[in-house]
Amino acid sequence: MNPSTSQRIAKVVIWAAALLVIAVLLAILLFILIKGVPQINWQFLTQIPRNMGRDGGISSTIVGTLLVTAVAVLVATPFGVGTAFYLTEYTKESRITRIIRFSAESLAGIPSIVFGLFGFIFFVMYLKLGWSILSGGLTMAVMILPTIIRTSEEAIRTVPAPFRDVSFSLGGTKWQTIVRAVFPSALPGIAVGVILGIGRCVAETAAVILTAGSALRMPTSLFSPARTMAVHFYIMAREGISIDKAYGTAALLIILILIINVGANLLVNRFVAKGK
Amino acid sequence: MDERTSPGQKDFTIGTEGVSLYYGAFRALRDVTLEIQPRSITAIIGPSGCGKSTLLRLFNRMNDLIPGVRVEGKVLVDGASVYDRDTDVVALRKRVGMVFQKPNLFPSSVRDNLVVGPRQHGLKNEAQLSEIVERSLRQVALWDEVKDQLKRPAQSLSVGQQQRLCIARTLTVEPEVILMDESCSALDPESTLRIEELMHDLARTYTILTVTHNMEQAARVSDMSAFLMMDEDRAGTLVEYAPTGEIFSNPKDKRTEAYITGRFG
Repeated sequence: MNPSTSQRIAKVVIWAAALLVIAVLLAILLFILIKGVPQINWQFLTQIPRNMGRDGGISSTIVGTLLVTAVAVLVATPFGVGTAFYLTEYTKESRITRIIRFSAESLAGIPSIVFGLFGFIFFVMYLKLGWSILSGGLTMAVMILPTIIRTSEEAIRTVPAPFRDVSFSLGGTKWQTIVRAVFPSALPGIAVGVILGIGRCVAETAAVILTAGSALRMPTSLFSPARTMAVHFYIMAREGISIDKAYGTAALLIILILIINVGANLLVNRFVAKGK
Repeated sequence: MDERTSPGQKDFTIGTEGVSLYYGAFRALRDVTLEIQPRSITAIIGPSGCGKSTLLRLFNRMNDLIPGVRVEGKVLVDGASVYDRDTDVVALRKRVGMVFQKPNLFPSSVRDNLVVGPRQHGLKNEAQLSEIVERSLRQVALWDEVKDQLKRPAQSLSVGQQQRLCIARTLTVEPEVILMDESCSALDPESTLRIEELMHDLARTYTILTVTHNMEQAARVSDMSAFLMMDEDRAGTLVEYAPTGEIFSNPKDKRTEAYITGRFG
């Protein structure tokens, strides 16, 4: 084959691959949004589900989703970022860092249902937290920890060396250097890890259903059982209760994730742009 | 005004005694002994890779940040051995400031860059911080140029201004020694000259050690010159250390002469 023909074919194939990916994404999004958006109205957003979800809205599941996610992120972020700083700034490469990193990687590869089982046995039964937002949130925290560790570590490693040098050369302690020079510069990357974690929490079903339960009531505290939107969607569709409500929930879920991503991006950009 | 320049004050002493430095098994410096004249400019010159920067970074222990570094011998700052176990590295770095090769400002405002150091040392009073900002900017002759732009991003200044701002930032914590690691190599000739003038001014109050690749600069700016070269094991050794005029006009060592006349390096 002459080079210009192979070049042309390669170009077509590569373009087709890229377009196919975008097409699949758009097809899924459009399908869900077209079916789901008409279901979304004020009543859908503000009323709790009635009649097993056939009627009413999904307000309690929105609250459930937000609370489970909030608990997970608030617990996992300090531990994850702390671990990342430990791995990058406080130790040399050693057997211990390799073990920590390997553990985190392994954690990332475990199927979510296994986390669900662990959460059920440990948080729900052993710690007697019952099916609750707390159990669900803590389980999700364990689950998103590896993502936050890995992305934070990556972000900290890419902080330009001169920032550290300057801080140290001005007589900064390690802690001051981390807080004032390294952290601000690593923040966008760390935020990406947290956003990925939020996405995973919002989308998770298996682990949540086993730990937070699937109650339709409006949760009143962290010890209330709750149903998240993803779980609600799963049950609606799986048990054939209301396909329409399921689509509505799915559409809202997608919109929510979109808002979180865009919002987080804006926030990060604004923080980074400060002073530029 | 300045206490350091008042008569009768004991002169600040800085130098090395038989210092060797290893990166793991590799010996980067061999048995360097160097006594630095206080309140003067000492240039460390020599071919690439001979350990000039490594030697410079002994004085504020910035080599500590590299894993596997080991130092033998004595490095003295104010007569105290800085590699002693009980040395307060933070206090040492406050006294021995450093200006790097490229301007390395934080992506924040001019003022924010200048208050980093004082804040790290616990100063919170905004009025005092503003005083430090003005004083340090005046010291580097940048005050008139940027006094209306203190809130502007530091990185919007010209590269020459940025490097002077970096020097000002070093001065904010009131060091006694300033280490300059090829601090003009990223600058255009005009900015370089301005920095050199500045170095002359500062040398009245501060002890300056500068590493440079630029022979003309070393000749123009320094009082003393130390010529460093790799020996047969690729370890940096001090070949000759003398007043700059002597080194450039009448070097005692053949290797110094060869380097200065541009036969290698």
